[in-house]
Amino acid sequence: MDLEFSPEEIAFRDEVRTFIAENYPAQLRGKQDEGDELTKEDFLSWHRVLHKKGWVAPAWPVEYGGTGWSVTQRFIFSEETARADCIRLMPFGLTMVGPVIYTFGTPEQKAKFLPRILSGEDWWCQGYSEPGAGSDLANLRTRAVRDGDHYVINGQKTWTTMAQHADWGFFLCRTDPDAKAQEGISFILVDMKTPGIEVRPIITLGGEHEVNEVFLEDVRVPVENRVFEENKGWTCAKFLLAHERVGIAGVASSKRGVERIKEIAQTELDGEKSLLANPFFRRKVAELEMDLTALEFTELRVLAGEAAGKGPGPESSLLKIKGSEIQQRLTELTLEMAGHYGAPYFRGFGEGDNEHGIGPAWANRAAPVYFNTRKTTIYGGSNEIQRGIIAKMVLGL
Amino acid sequence: MDLSYTETQDMLRDTLAKFLADTYDFETRKKMLASPEGRDPGIWRALSAELGLTSAPFAEEHGGMGGGAIENMIMMEELGKVIAIEPWLQTVVIGGGALKAAGGALADATIPAIIAGDAIIAFAYAEPTGRYNLADLTTTAKADGSGYVLNGHKASVYAAPWATHLLVTARTGGSQRERAGVELFLIDAKSPGITRRDYPTVDGFRASEVYFENVAIPGEALLSGGIDLIERVVDEANVAICAEGTGIARTMVAHTVEYTKQRKQFGQPIGKFQVLQHRMSDMFCEAEQIASMALMGTLKLDLPADQRKAAVSLAKAKVARSLRITGQHAIQTHGGIGITMELAIGHYFKRASMIEGQFGNADHHLERYEALTLPA
Repeated sequence: MDLEFSPEEIAFRDEVRTFIAENYPAQLRGKQDEGDELTKEDFLSWHRVLHKKGWVAPAWPVEYGGTGWSVTQRFIFSEETARADCIRLMPFGLTMVGPVIYTFGTPEQKAKFLPRILSGEDWWCQGYSEPGAGSDLANLRTRAVRDGDHYVINGQKTWTTMAQHADWGFFLCRTDPDAKAQEGISFILVDMKTPGIEVRPIITLGGEHEVNEVFLEDVRVPVENRVFEENKGWTCAKFLLAHERVGIAGVASSKRGVERIKEIAQTELDGEKSLLANPFFRRKVAELEMDLTALEFTELRVLAGEAAGKGPGPESSLLKIKGSEIQQRLTELTLEMAGHYGAPYFRGFGEGDNEHGIGPAWANRAAPVYFNTRKTTIYGGSNEIQRGIIAKMVLGL
Repeated sequence: MDLSYTETQDMLRDTLAKFLADTYDFETRKKMLASPEGRDPGIWRALSAELGLTSAPFAEEHGGMGGGAIENMIMMEELGKVIAIEPWLQTVVIGGGALKAAGGALADATIPAIIAGDAIIAFAYAEPTGRYNLADLTTTAKADGSGYVLNGHKASVYAAPWATHLLVTARTGGSQRERAGVELFLIDAKSPGITRRDYPTVDGFRASEVYFENVAIPGEALLSGGIDLIERVVDEANVAICAEGTGIARTMVAHTVEYTKQRKQFGQPIGKFQVLQHRMSDMFCEAEQIASMALMGTLKLDLPADQRKAAVSLAKAKVARSLRITGQHAIQTHGGIGITMELAIGHYFKRASMIEGQFGNADHHLERYEALTLPA
């Protein structure tokens, strides 16, 4: 057992570091640190650079366009991208529907969709939650009724992140209304340009348009767009959620977040000393580093298990719970650091919406990001749902 | 980077786990604690001379298996699972660790005796008023000819009643809290001038207040390295009890889950209640974080001193906090039976509670971490 990187791993780290320095889009620099809102083009510009290099989907099997990296290499890659303040890629294609398609899809589905996910040509969204199916996801009511070689879909989805940009969506639909809750659901890929789909924005507390409601009225989708067997969509849904929980821990970017807080707190004054010298603030930073280190080594243990052939199991719920709590604590500390300059709201003035200039730049988005980040303990299966998964699947209760 | 265990390490774990499963059930442990000596010396003989497990962390030149901190972690985790009261931490991890680091004739003579099960070492470092500052010492070792004369009072010396050797921190010079002048000595526990007041500890061990009154010790008893060596040894001890905490916490989770499946109230097993399920999920998360921190601390023991100290402090602070949560939740979930001597769970809780403060509690270690890593 050894924490040290081998010479090959160090060479790989340097290669990644150099690549980022030379190829990370100039217009994106600083945006992640400042918590700026990102446009579709922002997301895609970095996505395309990584795709061109062949690094856009490190975890995918090589045969579908993955990198074939070891667990350590993947760890290094995520460390380096976070360290360089790179924006995170949209997960809906790369870490959600992509793995579902290469695991459960037909050869035709793989050939059609996987290359376009890798290239960024298709922007994906996730049609899971409904007004009456949040934590109780299996209670979903959106219906897909067979009509010849098509499904006709009717219903409503909500909290659909970035659906305003989406070319495709993966939707959980009820195909057998008489079956028990989880048994009559199918996993269906829907072209978002199909007639009958309407996307309406939901504005969240920070003023962002990030999530949407999606209404589906007589939306006709070819049967060949169903992944896996009819009424077996819950298998895909569960698989996807377990995968989602690993990435959701966000260890590398939280590490970057702590470093950033330390840098700022060291220069911000609190009386005659720095804010970082304030014993109460200081203790909160130390506790955050402590919990983040515990999370990091828990993730490393899970990854080592994965390398030894164990897939991400229900233990990944632990990563989701602790990772999301830490992400929230980071935003709390940033808002605390901002002091008076937590208050100004740079939106809704029309011209110059994004113009900074009042207070320090790092404080401009502190409050909106804090508000927005309340989502992390709610999405991806709320933390209460994760505790239920641990109780049931790990502890056998 | 590689976080997998070797086959030898897996085998060591299996050997110890199997031995403890066969010999260390809760009722047997109770009998050991109640016996006049407070332990069964046959167990130590089996662990050392018969199974050879005490050789795991020592170099081959001393008759060891060539292992180190990872082997200590594995062993302590397994010992934690049965809340063993063996003097492994004091003898193998601390005594052995100090000798390995200091080297020399004393190491050549004593390490084989540890491996053979003949030497049992107790670590006499704490003092009545020193709290967790390892340099806050009033015990003195005055140079006298080629040797030293020891005077002082050491507090709560675990395993002292069983010990053949005492590993003692004492001042050869300097004032009470000064780092310079602090030294480490390995001495014969039967040296004239040593008196003990023995007592049981709340977590099942035997310990002593140890008094030194003009105890003459030879010059060769000095392990060179001073406070730096002592800090290193205590860091190793700290991650070892973190690993013990892994075994304890996971067992507390398992016992609690099992109990809530059996115990019925309101016409159903109480484990069906969501509020208890979520509490046990939290216990699981804490226990796994203990395992992660024990591993992290273990793997960082060989870093440069300041980085090592920062890592160990972070590990110990987290483990202390998480043990408290896991233990208190375990007792609460058991209800009344949890606060009796009858079930094992309370005894795990007691050891867990002592680990929290042993070699520095969470506050102490967060403060040390801050001083080392956060600029003022």
